[in-house]
Amino acid sequence: MKKLIAFAALAVLGAGSAQAVEYNQVLNDKSALAFTYKQMNVPMEGSFKRFRGQLSFDPAKPATATAQFQIEVASIDTGSAEGNDEVGGKLWFNSKAFPTAQFVSTAIKPLGNNRFEVSGKMTIKGKTLDVSTPASFRQDGANAVFEGGFVLKRADYAIGEGVWADFGTVANEVQIKFRLTAAPKK
Amino acid sequence: MTNPSSPSTYTGPARSLHWLVGLGMLATFGVGIYMSDLPFSPTKLQIYSWHKWAGVTLFLLSVIRLAWRLTHQAPGAVAGIPAWQHTAAEWMHRILYVLMFAIPLSGWLMSSAKGFQTVYFGLLPLPDLVAKSKDLGDILGKVHGSLNLLMVTLVALHAAAAIKHHLIDRDEVLVRMLPFLKTR
Repeated sequence: MKKLIAFAALAVLGAGSAQAVEYNQVLNDKSALAFTYKQMNVPMEGSFKRFRGQLSFDPAKPATATAQFQIEVASIDTGSAEGNDEVGGKLWFNSKAFPTAQFVSTAIKPLGNNRFEVSGKMTIKGKTLDVSTPASFRQDGANAVFEGGFVLKRADYAIGEGVWADFGTVANEVQIKFRLTAAPKK
Repeated sequence: MTNPSSPSTYTGPARSLHWLVGLGMLATFGVGIYMSDLPFSPTKLQIYSWHKWAGVTLFLLSVIRLAWRLTHQAPGAVAGIPAWQHTAAEWMHRILYVLMFAIPLSGWLMSSAKGFQTVYFGLLPLPDLVAKSKDLGDILGKVHGSLNLLMVTLVALHAAAAIKHHLIDRDEVLVRMLPFLKTR
């Protein structure tokens, strides 16, 4: 009888703890937002240094998860000093008028094997478009790590207008790669 | 190269490679000076790429040129030229050969250090032999610039010597590299 009670208590506790795991504390220092693009067919690597995220993810109920990110556009590193001076300007990000880029999830579809299809609205330079990206989930100690990437076409958001609009120098396709680490709810 | 059996003139390929590489280096140097002061623009990025492709091409031509030089005897000293002048000319040629390789190499390494891989004609990526580093990029930039200043200075001396031999000494030195000048 004692054993049975202990077993029942353990089962309840176990179930309770599984339900309680919700990752919602984004750890900025363990997260990264990087991109690669081609300039005269030369591969270049860049990143955004400052961004904030709000996440709510319960592995047991992924479909109810939500994610939002605000990216400080001026924190961009394009891979070259001249590029960094250039892209804040009106033809590129116009970061004075549009200092923040944003992503807000609208749906998260489990694909199995801890992989998900995340759909949402991406706003850059005042323009909002639907995007979707695959993302994988894994545990790293107590934390959750989400990784994924997708191709963004810069022309869709008018990133690089005027003399830069032609794709012969800077390609249209920009490969975005993200890694987000979140701690469980406190 | 005072071998009595040495030829009296340079071979056709040696002359072609001399003028191709020499004029190519001067032109690419001119483009390099011009492009570095341009404001950031697609044109600047294009010209930088063209400059790098020209540099790779000149490096490859220099490899062919050196191979040709090592397998085909160059003409010896022109009769009547003081020995010290001949020695000076030979050392000049050696240093110019070193620069033919050192200048494109320093540019390639500098490009890698500054974070730009060299992709020959936008098709063939050359490996990055050094990692991206601002300090190393600045150093290699100075090296590339200094080697180029040395190159144009030496080429100017080399050309001045050839012209002096042709117009003042009226000997065969320049004619060996430009046979159509032969009038006598």
